Amino acid sequence: MYDFELLKPATIDEAAAMLAEGDAQALGGGQTLIPTMKARLAQMDRLVALSGIDAIRGVCTDDDGRICIGGGTSHATVAREYAKSYPALASLAGRIGDPAVRSRGTIGGSLANNDPSACYPAAALASNATIVTNTRDIGADDFFQGMFTTALEEGEIITEVRFPVPEKAAYEKFIQPASRFPLVAVFVAKFADGVRVAVTGASSDGVFRWSEAEQALSDDWSADVVAGLAAPGAEGMISDLHGDGAYRAHLVKVMTARAVKGAV
Amino acid sequence: MGKVTMTVNGKSRTAEAEGRTLLVEWLREGLRLTGTHVGCDTSQCGACVVHVDGAPVKACTVLAQELDGAEVRTIEGMADADGSLGTIQQAFQDYHGLQCGFCTPGMVMSAASLLEENPKPSEAEVRHYLEGNICRCTGYHNIVKAVMAASGQEVAPVAAE
Repeated sequence: MYDFELLKPATIDEAAAMLAEGDAQALGGGQTLIPTMKARLAQMDRLVALSGIDAIRGVCTDDDGRICIGGGTSHATVAREYAKSYPALASLAGRIGDPAVRSRGTIGGSLANNDPSACYPAAALASNATIVTNTRDIGADDFFQGMFTTALEEGEIITEVRFPVPEKAAYEKFIQPASRFPLVAVFVAKFADGVRVAVTGASSDGVFRWSEAEQALSDDWSADVVAGLAAPGAEGMISDLHGDGAYRAHLVKVMTARAVKGAV
Repeated sequence: MGKVTMTVNGKSRTAEAEGRTLLVEWLREGLRLTGTHVGCDTSQCGACVVHVDGAPVKACTVLAQELDGAEVRTIEGMADADGSLGTIQQAFQDYHGLQCGFCTPGMVMSAASLLEENPKPSEAEVRHYLEGNICRCTGYHNIVKAVMAASGQEVAPVAAE
């Protein structure tokens, strides 16, 4: 790893001030960034560790019934806290990486990185979550802007993520066994006013909504209706040694049908 | 450079750390606790798993300075008070849960976390929990048997999967 100075702010304001100066980068749980730095694929003069900021850790429920998860909350905590109140989200969190990754990895880090194969972006987009930062609220539809790209400005920190809780939801992941990331995964969420379907792992633009499936499922919530749809186009899908674009497109359809079937 | 202090296996320990010093380096080079192994150094193999404030963590994927004041347990802290092998360690010996032994520290620490969370896991739950611990000897069946035995459950003569 290249050398850097590690800064440990205790508050968001301190962290924001540190990030505003020179070549600085925020560190969440470090389960992606630290391996990237060890491989010398990333370097910075100053690394601002968010792990000491108590205010962005933990969970609560707001007046609208939305669940609010601090940006620095670990996957293990989400898996534990929401097993009953939002089981699809808890199940997603409880299947990220492995237990040691889930102890350290955070929801804010995952969303800010927006890896095209990460799990959390699918939950945030399908649930129509609001990403709260130290400066503003960003709707999930505006937040994800392509592979490793989000609406976050330089130095902006995710402090909280607010999830409306759907009537029914599920996350179906077709795992890439070596990395334990999804090869393709689909999060479906059924709300009173319609269904949202978010797909991760498939598109080279990162997480996306499969609108044809959303319309069909809003009219008729059944796995059979998904079977009747054409798979999304293979164009723009990730194609690599693990699976070509057409295969991933097919998996989108299969995972969506399974998610609808398994939704609770 | 700065001094970092943690409670390691019940004792307060201090050693120097740079910003980039990983917990595993701090333990192995700073404290000479070399039981925690570095297998892959790419955060995939789990040989370096230790407990930080009670939770399993890959010691190669966390910075020592971030953990100033933390409570850490390593494989050196898994023996019983009289120095004899702890229950999980003894089960690994009894069921031949190690071949070359390189992955064993991480396996034992992960198994200990599992049994704290879930004292009577099913065999499938053991396999799922140990997903992040890789054994290059591929001795998984006996590792699973050892964990089942350590939990006080019956051990299937032939592993299921």
